Amino acid sequence: MSDVLLSVENLKTYFRTSRGIVKAVDGVSFTVEKGKTRALVGESGCGKSMTALSILQLVPEPAGYIDGGKIVFEGRDLLDLTWSDMRTVRGKDIGMIFQEPMTSLNPTFTIGSQLSEAMTIHGKDFGTAIERAVELLDLVGIKDARQTLRQYPHELSGGMRQRVMIAIALSNNPKLLIADEPTTALDVTVQAQILRLLKDLQERLGMAVLMITHNLGIVSEIADDVSVMYAGQVVEESATGALFSMPRHPYTQGLFASLPARNPRGQDLETLEGIVPDAAAWPSGCRFAERCKKKFDACSVPAPVVEGVRCHLMVSGGTGGVENGEWGVGNQPPNSPLTTPHSPDAPEAIDA
Amino acid sequence: MGNPLLPLQLWLDDHPVLQNWLYNLVPVLVIVLLALALRQGLKQPIWAEAARRIRRRPAALWAIGIIGFYGLIAFSDSIGLYDAKKQERVSLLDAISRREKERYYSAPLATMTTGEAFPKPLKEKHILGTDGKGDDVLYQTLKGARTAFIIGGLTSLLTIPVGIILGLLSGFYSGTKYKWIDDLITYIYTVISSIPSILLQIAFVMVLGKGIFQICIALGMARWVGLCRQVRGETLRHREREYVRGARALGVSTWGILTRHILPNLLPTVIIFTTLGISGLILSEAILSYLGVGVGDGVGSWGNMINASRDELAREPILWWNLASASTAMLGIVLAFNLLGDALRDAIDPRLRS
Repeated sequence: MSDVLLSVENLKTYFRTSRGIVKAVDGVSFTVEKGKTRALVGESGCGKSMTALSILQLVPEPAGYIDGGKIVFEGRDLLDLTWSDMRTVRGKDIGMIFQEPMTSLNPTFTIGSQLSEAMTIHGKDFGTAIERAVELLDLVGIKDARQTLRQYPHELSGGMRQRVMIAIALSNNPKLLIADEPTTALDVTVQAQILRLLKDLQERLGMAVLMITHNLGIVSEIADDVSVMYAGQVVEESATGALFSMPRHPYTQGLFASLPARNPRGQDLETLEGIVPDAAAWPSGCRFAERCKKKFDACSVPAPVVEGVRCHLMVSGGTGGVENGEWGVGNQPPNSPLTTPHSPDAPEAIDA
Repeated sequence: MGNPLLPLQLWLDDHPVLQNWLYNLVPVLVIVLLALALRQGLKQPIWAEAARRIRRRPAALWAIGIIGFYGLIAFSDSIGLYDAKKQERVSLLDAISRREKERYYSAPLATMTTGEAFPKPLKEKHILGTDGKGDDVLYQTLKGARTAFIIGGLTSLLTIPVGIILGLLSGFYSGTKYKWIDDLITYIYTVISSIPSILLQIAFVMVLGKGIFQICIALGMARWVGLCRQVRGETLRHREREYVRGARALGVSTWGILTRHILPNLLPTVIIFTTLGISGLILSEAILSYLGVGVGDGVGSWGNMINASRDELAREPILWWNLASASTAMLGIVLAFNLLGDALRDAIDPRLRS
């Protein structure tokens, strides 16, 4: 396929710890197509951030290391690149924004110098860089850009800082933007603005986005495709619309069932009991089995991936009634208003 | 020790007037540089904010005033004119406060010598009296200021680069692939810090000889360890910060991360350490001079004064003014630097700010 920009194949990122090898990312595969948005969704500790850091090879060394797999970006396997070639990829071909806008900017430098540094290290001269910095700040919706260039991070609000971070990430026109929970630390109203900004920029600049989030509301708003991660693996992979109208993996179903917007008022929210198992000792069988309401005998061996879903139920053909009716607690038919994706102009912070 | 600048020095000794102006240039240059650095620094909001906080603390203002006063004395002792008749350089301080030599001890403001069987009248009034050689105590005390500033400033100048570079490398590579760098540096400073610093300093003076510059090197050898340790700790902290990871994600090189991203954030630590360290350096110099391995004779030094007055307190009558003047002068500057250091720490220490 020619329109695949990034393809991660069977990525394994492990950590050596005193408790043994922690398999934070254990055989993750997904693709990001040109100009499209792929969301990686999952709870804390499922390995989604580590997947993102692995792509840029920023996994904390030497404890963390990439044990295997391929990260093919524009036909090149990033894992084969030299250290200095990788540095050109970082920031130039692939931009990244982080969760914490409050601490992601260096407190001792002005916005202008940090923005221009992003460009000068990739070969622009300072004058052009400053001119472009003004453009970029305009682009991310900061009024009075020239004034902002002279300000220090602590003089800006969280939303403004995240806009600056986005401007920095976009400064070299990257083909791929990795956004690691870009709105988690922000107020709900600011979240909506930032999301709309990202979506708008993506359409205008035609770049691909890898959105890492635990928030299904965000997924419905901006993602074209979704990979749901659980315990270091992708458990379900499909187009956003399909996932929202018919989640197939019991874990995904559980996530949707615990959304407030999908349940009738007055009824207790469904919860996924338990926590993600210890990454140093994943269960030998299906990793979700312990928390799964549809657990049956086959779950004691690793689940196969069928049609993008890592679940035994996909093989045994509807034993759990996955296909019909039973996907949510309220038993909403797939086309009821409650199941349609949230409208973009009324985003809600819905934590998975 | 071979001095590479010796030919230049000898040539300059033959041209005393030129030499004098060169010597005058140094303190002026130092002050201009300090003023420029201060002005540039205060443009940054972080330092401007620190200045505002310091301005609110009377103790800090007093400290700055006292340091300024000592600085003025040191400056007046650093500029001067060449007196062709006497064939010596006469500093501004010499011109103002040099008094005639008396025969023997004399009490402050006395008119006759003290402690002699037949007291003789003095040629001049001495506000703080004279010592056993008949030298004016006030003049000697004032002369000590310049030495104190040179010791504090020059030693800091020597230790800061060493401490920063080694601390930065050590902290940055700690626990990484290149952890041997950290291991090596940590090993060196652990060994040095396990030798009593006074012994280390005496050993260095024994090898290098007496003199201000030699003392600075000797003090610096023990000093950089503390700075290195602090810089290492701070680097470890900053290394894990989000903005460092952000810089990595932008493709900034290791060198860029060290110099442009971590180093500027270490500045508060370095400034606090240096300010608080100066008082320790002044005291150390006094101790070395007291032990007779200090700046040497002929250089104004409070340590030398205290050394000279070692036996005076045991005499009858008690000859207290020599010791008291030197100690008070030292106390004043040490206290001032400590107060300023504390105020600076409260104002800029990143660990005390949320």
